[in-house]
Amino acid sequence: MTDPQLALASDIAIWASLAVLALALISFSAHLAVTGAARERHDKVKAREKVRVGVGADGEQPADTVDDDRATGLTDSTTPTTAAVEPPTVSHPAEVTRRWGVIGLQLTWLATFGVVGGTILRGLSVQRWPLGNMYEFAIVAASFALIVFSTWSLKRDRLWLGPFVVLPVMAVLGAGKIWYTEASQLMPALDNTMWLSIHVTLATLSVALFIIGAALGVAFLLRDSAEKRSRIRGWLAGLPEGDKLETMTYGVHIFAFPLWTFTLITGAIWAEVAWGRYWGWDPKEIWTFIIWVVYAAYLHSRATSGWTKRHATYVALLGMLCIILNYTVVNLLITGLHSYSGVST
Amino acid sequence: MASTRTPERIEPSYPKDRTTLGGPRLGPAGWARWAWRQLTSMRTAIYLLLLLAAAAFPGSIFPQRSVDPVQVRTFFENNPDLGPWLDRVLLFDVFSSPWFASIYLLLMISLVGCIIPRMRQHWRSIRAQPPPAPQRLTRLPARADGTVATDGREALAAAREALKAKGYRLRDAEDGDLWVTGEKGYLKETGNLLFHLALLGVIVAFAAGNLFGWRGEIIIQEGQSWTATAGTFDTLNFSPLADEGDIPTFTVELNKLDVAFESQADGAQFGQPRRFDGLATVEVPGQEPEQQEFAVNHPISVAGDSIFLLGNGYAPIVTIRDPDGEVLYSDAVTFLPQDNNYASEGAIKVTARDPGLGLVGGFLPTLRIDPELGMTSSFPGLVDPVLALTAFEGNLFPDGRPQSVFNIDTDQMTQLTDEEGNPVAMLIRPGEYFELPDGTTVEFDGIIRWAGLLARHDPGRMPALGFAIATTVGLALMLGIKRRRIYVRIEPTTPTTGSVQAVVRVAGQPKGSDPGLQTIVDDVLLRITRITGDRTTTPETHHRDKDTV
Repeated sequence: MTDPQLALASDIAIWASLAVLALALISFSAHLAVTGAARERHDKVKAREKVRVGVGADGEQPADTVDDDRATGLTDSTTPTTAAVEPPTVSHPAEVTRRWGVIGLQLTWLATFGVVGGTILRGLSVQRWPLGNMYEFAIVAASFALIVFSTWSLKRDRLWLGPFVVLPVMAVLGAGKIWYTEASQLMPALDNTMWLSIHVTLATLSVALFIIGAALGVAFLLRDSAEKRSRIRGWLAGLPEGDKLETMTYGVHIFAFPLWTFTLITGAIWAEVAWGRYWGWDPKEIWTFIIWVVYAAYLHSRATSGWTKRHATYVALLGMLCIILNYTVVNLLITGLHSYSGVST
Repeated sequence: MASTRTPERIEPSYPKDRTTLGGPRLGPAGWARWAWRQLTSMRTAIYLLLLLAAAAFPGSIFPQRSVDPVQVRTFFENNPDLGPWLDRVLLFDVFSSPWFASIYLLLMISLVGCIIPRMRQHWRSIRAQPPPAPQRLTRLPARADGTVATDGREALAAAREALKAKGYRLRDAEDGDLWVTGEKGYLKETGNLLFHLALLGVIVAFAAGNLFGWRGEIIIQEGQSWTATAGTFDTLNFSPLADEGDIPTFTVELNKLDVAFESQADGAQFGQPRRFDGLATVEVPGQEPEQQEFAVNHPISVAGDSIFLLGNGYAPIVTIRDPDGEVLYSDAVTFLPQDNNYASEGAIKVTARDPGLGLVGGFLPTLRIDPELGMTSSFPGLVDPVLALTAFEGNLFPDGRPQSVFNIDTDQMTQLTDEEGNPVAMLIRPGEYFELPDGTTVEFDGIIRWAGLLARHDPGRMPALGFAIATTVGLALMLGIKRRRIYVRIEPTTPTTGSVQAVVRVAGQPKGSDPGLQTIVDDVLLRITRITGDRTTTPETHHRDKDTV
C-alpha cells in the first residue's frame, strides 16, 4: 500500500526545506540587525534635531501619527478632511535596505512550498492523510506555521518576525527527523478518515498558531525589558513597540484557543466512537486538558487588571512548554491509548 | 541647648492596640462577603485554573486505577516502598480524589459567583441606552476629524445614519444635542456568558454519565452467541446510581472477525494492526434480528447504546480424547494476548477426566525460537501458529476457590512427566496431535478469533456533546466580536457669511485591546462625509472645497 519512491521524495523535500530555512534564518537575522541599527541611528539623529529645533516645531504634530491607509482612504472622498493634509509617516527610515528581509521571506516561501510539498508526497505515498504519527504531526504543524507566517507577511510587514518563526519551525522539523517514522499504514484505532483528518488537522493548526503566538510572546518580552530599561539597542530596535507585539501575541492566541477547544471536542467525539468513552483521563487527554486550562488561564490573566501583560505572557509561554512536553515526553515515555508515535521503544 | 536634648518621642494620638480602635470592622457577614469576593475574583480564577492544570499532571505520570488497574498493580510490585505512600495521597486515583475535586468545585463556585452578577449586569446593559458622549473626545484612543458642508443638524442626521448602517445601537436623540453615541458588540458578552454556562453544562453532563451509567465487557468467539444480562458479562461496572435493571436485553452473535497486520513496512511499524472488521447479528426482543458490520471505529448499535470492539485474539480449537478415543473435551479456548505479536496465554481444564487434567501454556501465531527468550511470536498474524502446552493432573478446583479461566491453580496438581522424568512439553501445529504418557491425546484442530466487546451506557454523552458545541459557539462570539462605542460630536462653524459648515469629530472607545478600532472610526467619518456629500449639491461643495483648502 505504501509507495517507497514517493516517501523518499517527501523525505528529500523536507531535508531540502530545512536547509533553505537555515538560510532564511540567516537572512532574517541580518534584516533585523540592519533595520535595528538603522532605526537606532535614525532615532539618535531625530533626538539631536529635536534638541536643535526646539519643541515648538514638533508640537504641531499630534502624538499618534497617521498611517498611509488612512490618508489614502480619505482622499477618495469628495470633501476635504484635515486628516488628508497630514503627511504620512514612513515606518522605515528611507536609507534602510529591506533586501535581507525580502530574501529571507522569499527563501521562507520556497521552504513553505518544500514542506507542504513534502507533506503532500508523504500523504500520497501512504494513500491517507499524513497525520498518523509523530513525524507526520511535525511536518504538518510546520507546514501550517509556515503557511500562516508567509501569507501574513504578504499582507503586512512581518519581516522582523521571521527569525522568531523560522527557528521554532526548524526545531519542529528537526524533532520530526529525530523521531522519524517510516511511511506505513495506520493502526485501526486511528483508521477513521473523517475524525483523523478533522481532529489532527485542528490539533496541528492550533499548535502552529500557538508556536507563532509564543514566538511573538518571546519577542514582546525581549523588547519590553529593553524598553523598561530604555536601552533599545541593536536588533531589538528593529522590532515593533512592545505594546504592539503584545497585542499581536494576544491576537494570535485568540485564534489558536478556539481551535484547540475544537481539537479537544473532536478528540472526545472520536474517543467515544473508537474507545467507547468520550473522556477517560488517558495521558494524552490529560495533557490536552492541561494545555487548554493553561491557555484559558492566559486569556483570563490578559483580561485581569491586577496582572501585568508580562505575567500574562509568561502564562502563554507556560502553555507552549506544556505543548512541547505533550509532544515529546507524553508521546515517547508515557504509555496510553494515544501511544502511536511510531517510534520503537 | 537643643542639640543635647533627647528627641521627644511623639506618641500617636490613637491607641496602639488596634482592637480598641473604633470604626467599621468586619463582622462574620463581612468576612463572608470578603471571602466570596476573593473567591469570585478573576485573580483567584487564574490561580485555580493553573492549580487545576498542575493537579491533573500527576494523573499522567502515575498509572490510574480508573484507567488501568493492572498497571497500578505492576507499579506496586516494582515500587513496594513508594507505592503505598503515593496511594495515601491518592495519586493513583487523582481524578476522583478530594483534592482534585476541591479545586474544580472551587472553580465552579467561582465561575457561578462570577457569571450570575455578570448576567444581571449584561441584561441591564442590553436594555439600557449607550451613555452620552464625553465633552472632550481627544482623550479617546481612536479619533478622526473632518469637515462637512452642511449645517449641524444635517451632519448629526448623517452621523446617526452612518452608525445605524454599520449596525450600531444609538442613544435616543434629544433636542438640541449635536452628538450621538453608538454601541455595538453586545453579543461578545452574551457569548462569554454562554461559554461559561455551557462549560458548567459539560461538567454536569459528565458527572451524570458517571453517576447513572454502566459498562460491561465480554469476550465472544466467532460463531458464538451471547445474551446480555447482568450475569453474563465477564466484568460489569455500575455507576453509583445505576443497577442491573438498567441493562437492556439483547443478543449478539459474532459471525466473523477479520484482522490484518502490517507486513510490508520495517522497523517499529512492522506487525502493527491495520484492520479489525467484524460482522455481528444483533437481536433485540420484539424486533427482527439485524446484521451489522462493525470495526474499531464503528461500534455496533443496540437499543440506543453502543457496543465497541476493544480487543481481539485467538482461540485455538482443541479436542482431547481418552486412550479409547472417546472425546473428553472439544472447544475453542480463548487465549489472551500478552504482547504486540499476540504471544498469548491460556489454559484448558478437562474436568471430564479423572483425575482432572489441566493444560496450560502459550499460543504463538508465528513461532520464533529466540536464543535468549525461548519461544516467542515474531508476528501477530497466523504465519506459523503453534500451541506450546504443559500438562498437570489432579484437583482442578481446590476448595472450590474462584479462579481465572486463563490459568490453572496447581496447588493440588502434579505436573505430568515423560519416562525420563522431564516435564511433558508439547508443541503442536494445527492438524497435529500429541499423546500424553497415559495415552490421552491432545489434538489441535484449528484456530478461530475472538472479539473483546465493551457495552456501555452513558446518559450524559449527548448532553455533553450539546453543551460542548454551545461552548464553541460562545467562544467564537466572545473572541470574535469586539465591543465598541463610537461617539460623534458635531461643531457647526461659519467660515464665511452665508455658507454653512460643520466639523465632525468621531472617536472610538474600545473594550480591551482593539487594533482595528481606528479603521472603524475612519470608516464612520468617511460614511458621514459621503452621506452629507450626497445630499449637498455638487457646485456648492466644490466652491467650499476651494474655500477650505
